[in-house]
Amino acid sequence: MRPFKYSRANTTTSAAQLLTTNMSAQFLAGGTNILDLMKEDVARPDQLVDITRLNLSQIKTISDGANRGGVSIGSLGKNTDAANHPLVRQNYPLLTRAILAGASAQIRNMATNGGNLNQRTRCSYFYDTAMPCNKREPGTGCGALEGINRNHAIFGWSESCVATHPSDMCVALVALDAIVRVQGADGQTRAIPFAEYHRLPGDAPQRDNTLAHGELITSIELPKNNFADKSYYLKVRDRASYAFALVSVAAALETDGSQVKQARIALGGVAHKPWRAFEAEKFLIGKTATEANFKLAAEAEMRGARPLEHNTFKVELGKRAIVRALTQALNGGTNA
Amino acid sequence: MNKNTPELSEEQSVEERIAADEERLLDELGLVGDSRRQFLGQVSGTALGVLAVQLLTGQNALAASTAEVQGATTATEFSPVALKLKINGVERTLSVDSRMTLLDALRERLELTGSKKGCDHGQCGACTVIVDGRRVLSCLTLAATCEGRSVTTIEGLAKGDDLHAMQAAFIKHDGFQCGYCTPGQICSAVALLNEAKNGEASYVTADVRQKSGSLQLSDEEIRERMSGNICRCGAYPNIVAAIREVHSGKTQAQVWQFAGDDDQAIFAVNEQLHTEEKPDATI
Amino acid sequence: MAVTGKPIDRKDGRLKVTGAAKYAAEFNQANMAYAFPVRTTIAKGTITAFDTRAASSVAGVLNILTHENAPRLKAADSQATMKSGGLLAEELAPLQDNKVHYFGQIVALVIAETYEQARGAAALLKINYAEQKPASDMKSELPKGYKPESFLGEEAQINTGKAAPLLAAAPIKLEQTYTTSTENHHPMEPHATVAMWEATDKLTLYDATQGVLSTRALAAYFLDLKPENVRVISPFVGGGFGCKGTFLQPILLAAMASQRVKRPIKIAITRQMMVTNVGRRSQTSQKIALGAGSDGKLSVIRHHSDSYTNLTHFFEPSGKQTGVLYAAPLREITYQVARLNIGTPTFMRAPGEAPGCFALESAMDEMAFEMKLDPVEFRVLNHATVDPLKKHPFSSDHLVECYRTGAQKFGWSNRKMQPRASRNGKYLVGYGMATATYPAGRSSASARVQMSINGDVKVMTAAADIGTGTYTVLAQTAADALGVSVEKITVQIGDTLLPPAPLAGGSQTTASVHPAVLAASEMLRASLMKLATMDAKSELNGRRAEEVAFADAKFFVRSDASISDSYTDIMRRNSKTMMEACATTMPASGSGLGAPGAPCSPAPTNQEENSDDKKYSFHSFGAQFAEVWVDEDLGTIRVKHFTSVQDVGRIMNEKTARSQIIGGVIFGLGAALMEATEYDHRWANPVTRTLADYHVPVNLDVPEIDVHFIGKHDPHISPIGARGIGEIGITGVSAAVANAVFNATGKRIRDLPLTPDKLI
Repeated sequence: MRPFKYSRANTTTSAAQLLTTNMSAQFLAGGTNILDLMKEDVARPDQLVDITRLNLSQIKTISDGANRGGVSIGSLGKNTDAANHPLVRQNYPLLTRAILAGASAQIRNMATNGGNLNQRTRCSYFYDTAMPCNKREPGTGCGALEGINRNHAIFGWSESCVATHPSDMCVALVALDAIVRVQGADGQTRAIPFAEYHRLPGDAPQRDNTLAHGELITSIELPKNNFADKSYYLKVRDRASYAFALVSVAAALETDGSQVKQARIALGGVAHKPWRAFEAEKFLIGKTATEANFKLAAEAEMRGARPLEHNTFKVELGKRAIVRALTQALNGGTNA
Repeated sequence: MNKNTPELSEEQSVEERIAADEERLLDELGLVGDSRRQFLGQVSGTALGVLAVQLLTGQNALAASTAEVQGATTATEFSPVALKLKINGVERTLSVDSRMTLLDALRERLELTGSKKGCDHGQCGACTVIVDGRRVLSCLTLAATCEGRSVTTIEGLAKGDDLHAMQAAFIKHDGFQCGYCTPGQICSAVALLNEAKNGEASYVTADVRQKSGSLQLSDEEIRERMSGNICRCGAYPNIVAAIREVHSGKTQAQVWQFAGDDDQAIFAVNEQLHTEEKPDATI
Repeated sequence: MAVTGKPIDRKDGRLKVTGAAKYAAEFNQANMAYAFPVRTTIAKGTITAFDTRAASSVAGVLNILTHENAPRLKAADSQATMKSGGLLAEELAPLQDNKVHYFGQIVALVIAETYEQARGAAALLKINYAEQKPASDMKSELPKGYKPESFLGEEAQINTGKAAPLLAAAPIKLEQTYTTSTENHHPMEPHATVAMWEATDKLTLYDATQGVLSTRALAAYFLDLKPENVRVISPFVGGGFGCKGTFLQPILLAAMASQRVKRPIKIAITRQMMVTNVGRRSQTSQKIALGAGSDGKLSVIRHHSDSYTNLTHFFEPSGKQTGVLYAAPLREITYQVARLNIGTPTFMRAPGEAPGCFALESAMDEMAFEMKLDPVEFRVLNHATVDPLKKHPFSSDHLVECYRTGAQKFGWSNRKMQPRASRNGKYLVGYGMATATYPAGRSSASARVQMSINGDVKVMTAAADIGTGTYTVLAQTAADALGVSVEKITVQIGDTLLPPAPLAGGSQTTASVHPAVLAASEMLRASLMKLATMDAKSELNGRRAEEVAFADAKFFVRSDASISDSYTDIMRRNSKTMMEACATTMPASGSGLGAPGAPCSPAPTNQEENSDDKKYSFHSFGAQFAEVWVDEDLGTIRVKHFTSVQDVGRIMNEKTARSQIIGGVIFGLGAALMEATEYDHRWANPVTRTLADYHVPVNLDVPEIDVHFIGKHDPHISPIGARGIGEIGITGVSAAVANAVFNATGKRIRDLPLTPDKLI
């Protein structure tokens, strides 16, 4: 780990200012990813600005504006608290399940909601400074493209990067059409629709998201919806727990009798960003909620998949996982 | 490296931008303790340097030799942070390298080696400690961030000679072999009891929408909730048995093949003599 | 009443649950500095230059060692070190030349005041290489490899070419290839050493090792010191599984660094280094051919194993169990080994049998299915009553009882022969079984037993407790041999100052060390008895030995227990504050992994119970039964129930023994379901660099595991009758799981691990 200065911010403005005065400074929240990356010499900030004492951890019902009746989740609240908050468990069980699918109890007690969005990929070539990686060091090439890419993307990758986004929480958030509220150093705030928060790699894989340096996530807003009765988060991994997803699916349905009124489907472990399965959603709307239609929807989505040498299985697995998640959602979203 | 030169010049450019009311700004920036000293030392010359020395006074310095070496270095090479926290109920004051994790501070500086380093990257749980009532990974916690926190380590669970119920249950159910993951497992298990009491859900909870008070955890729930603590020796079923016992408050039966009803007599210290034994019987 | 065998709690339990047990890295010394290794970023070639300027200018850096300036070491030579009593895994002396043999090889060491400084500076060290193309693809390198002649002195290639005619003639035959992945040991405690020089020729090492004596021999050899001038201390070891004590790099680096900066040095290697620098089980590709008559009896078994190696004579001996199991009249066992630029393969929990049983026991299941025979019955039908190669009787063999007991306890009768016939909701349910076996070795060992006048007893031997229960079971043996309460006994192990014992490897500690503890205890008891019977003041004066029994720290007359004399009284009357005895036991099979010679009084031996391998074949046996639930849509497998029945001789402590078997089974579940070290052949670098990429089982992966012991004493291995138990638990597990997956799904997967992608 390279030496760095440790500073503790007392206000959001000062936190953002500290970053704008030092392009090599980074925020420190839960630390579960940044410290890991610093020990690997992948991240080399020369200053860490500890923002954990900022007052940004509230979870509350949104009382005005476009998302009135929705829920706002403070960026510096812990994952555990978000997952277990009554407002979230009752109204967004999909998010609760997604958060609880991630990492371990200890890590969820540390990791913040905002930090979860800013996790970097778990690609082994990104983590190993001896390997080429355009995300870590632009211009060095992508080690995984023709390497061991079993865990890598099947959607939206480019020649310069085939990494996936590791979050579970974000898969639920993109399905729920969440809004990311951020504040810049100048005090300006903006709202970023979740689907636009993370990027596809293109030719600049070093940029994971659309956040500017010094911008701080202040909250994540969940619009009101009617999915609570029929949603499910499914994670398929190499062991039963405490592992990143091979494929994960966030599925939510709003039905009118047997008909699908609204569907939300998102996939994890398949792309550089949490992958919203718009094709599958489009197919389902207005259709009868049956396993046969779920299968057709999954196939519609997977037609766009471009697997790599070692991850062809994700295409079939993804299809089946979509069908399973939708079926579970339709049946009430419990683990039964 | 050596990154000193460019970074120093960067600091100087910061200096140019700082106005006369820098004190107020620094407060607002939240620069505290040694980071403030470093910052001031670099931007403001000798007068504030005196203040910096005063800030250091009264703090436990690093090992003497280290402190001497550090005296001559810049912030980019080494950035000490002054820290006061409570560990196992005792207030501790120390100055740490900003890079030092809570785990290394415990093991290398505070003579609390019970917390273990298994992976140093949040992938095994051996370093689990309880901070402000919650189980966290001390390997991914910078010591510097623990200012004012209350930390409980494995050394802080027993009350004198009286083991914590979880520690006793781990012994009874043989919830360990090599013992290296054990402090983390036990800290994790102790915190888990509280999480269950609070009705917190897990990925295997049947219905997360069902509001619950205190939870009675199934084995499957215990397993999922303990999956952040890896045991390579493979004591998992015994760990589950230990937690089940403490969590349920009911003694868990242990069935032994070679121990009959009179088994407990074996453990009696002053047993009557066993004349039926052959004189040269060895064991 | 004897305490041996009873499920008493671990003697070291309290220390372990309170965090007070101290592991190597926890012996901080005054004025200690830290060292951090630097690894290569290439797998083959030479180092052309180091640029240490940036690293050495970092505050706190004391020194940087490279091959250009490091102290000189003797050349790594496993034959020479074997003679010195050390088991060397990797034939590589660190920092001695510029050659690179594998990716991640340690080629420099940064020494600094603090860990943070050393690690920070290590990242700044630049190395220039002349890089060559590395070889890491076993398949393509095999033809250029070699056929090893022997494995640890035993003939490796057996009956080469002889199986073909019998296979051709067999009415029923099967030939299949089974592959297993490279695996890493990953004990929870990474290797760590604290080294300090007491004088220029005298070194003390706190080290995480499975054997202090072996480590001392190796360290003394490399550093050219007298072994008695090296002290290795290792009271607690955070797991080993075969990788600790035989990889000398961290130890030698710490010793060299300490020599250079003249301060105590700590090295605790990283989890990433556990992947590159301290051994692995190589991948294997195994071809099994079975021939049988229409009566179901095997006529021939052929087992060819491919594996790889580097910097060692070791290769994965996957054919071992094939030399022991089943009564086929002829068996051919052959090996081909590729040389790769991958870190050194070595012993990993049940070397040979772990991957070997997967191949053989999968093939047995396939053959049984072909012949419409129950897999248990097929094995019973082909049970070998004598060692098929050596033709000796087994010292003790209750394998058929294992099958029968296991089938009954597990509920095997519920199994349907036809795959896909059992379902539970969305899960396909399957049952599978396999045979377990592991050799039962025994080495020479010595132990000292001391009794003080207050009745406290100390058992001293340089053995290790790597989680195996050594502290506890040795106390039980001494308690019974002396007739004192087990609470009165303290066990001291893990220090070269103690009487020699073999390293904790090859499942030998129990079989080897207990006879020595027993002998020393008996000698001590005899001395006490002699003092009593010859003492006019003793109530036992003039009694013959046969008249006297012992218990509760006293002797008493068998016919009248009220006539007695306590150990304490005997010692007091004879003005002795302490009495002791030291015994060396030497099995007929030789010193094995123990120290040569007899450092203490040789124990009297009865050759019938002294591990005579000219007369008997010593093996443990078992049967493994698995129930799996397969989510066929998602390709996920959950092992729902597991039964393991073990014939391992006498059980010394049912609690710790059961834990050992459970742990072995879980190690096997890891290999079966998830463990694989993957290399990118372009650079020969491991892609599974950490515990996030290399999955080992977590709590949720593991079901209740039922363990049953046959418990019959082995009459020929030792006077105690216990065989080792550390490794057999893993053997056969992966086959039992794969066979259960076949029973559930009809899919025969011959490639481990059984990850979801293989079932999709």
